[in-house]
Amino acid sequence: MQTHRFNWPIWAGFLLSWLALLSYFFVFVWFPVTRDVPWANFLLFGIAAAFVLIGVRRAFAPGRPRRAKIAGVALAPLSVALCGCFVFATLIMARHLPASQSAPQMGQKAPDFRLSDTHGTLVSLAEILASPVNGHAPKGVLLVFYRGAW
Amino acid sequence: MAISVDAPEISRALCQKAGYTYTFLADPHADVIRRYDLVHTGAGINGQDIARPGEFLVDASGTVRWVNLTDNYWVRARPDQIIAVAKALR
Repeated sequence: MQTHRFNWPIWAGFLLSWLALLSYFFVFVWFPVTRDVPWANFLLFGIAAAFVLIGVRRAFAPGRPRRAKIAGVALAPLSVALCGCFVFATLIMARHLPASQSAPQMGQKAPDFRLSDTHGTLVSLAEILASPVNGHAPKGVLLVFYRGAW
Repeated sequence: MAISVDAPEISRALCQKAGYTYTFLADPHADVIRRYDLVHTGAGINGQDIARPGEFLVDASGTVRWVNLTDNYWVRARPDQIIAVAKALR
């Protein structure tokens, strides 16, 4: 009598797809070498795809029970969807940024402004550039515009 | 200096949590962000207008000497890049 062994490759591929998706946001995003081009995650997705393919072949091999086929039909598209989510989040959604063609360019004057700091004190760009740092006139200031903390 | 639409209290909590010692400025209505053409319309967590990432190095005369406008918000200027351009300022 034929024994139906557990179809581990399909589950390994599915779990590896989750790892490939989540590891970017929790691990690889902290290192510029794996963040700017997410090659490590694509490598993990590649390995996951190999496991899923092996798993699907197993699921549809002759003599496998119906539930093995169901697992294959359910987990393979879910794994592909996880890869799709990753591509969407890192390569498509992340590039949906305005062009900012009228932003100040090199050689132009930075528009002055006056805004409240964390103590509620109004601070202007001109004041910052004129106020000494450690007894010396500042050489300049770096303005970092960011999306906000959440 | 860091500039966002976050209220001063939110940035104060962020500085305390993360240990940032530089100045954080609040632009709640995105007025300055708009003047710098950096508004990302409706991209906030509640659909409000926020800033897209952008970094400007301004020299003592108020002139922009270096700009970084990323086209992918996972990819930002690195500290070593900014230190290199800041050192070139006279």
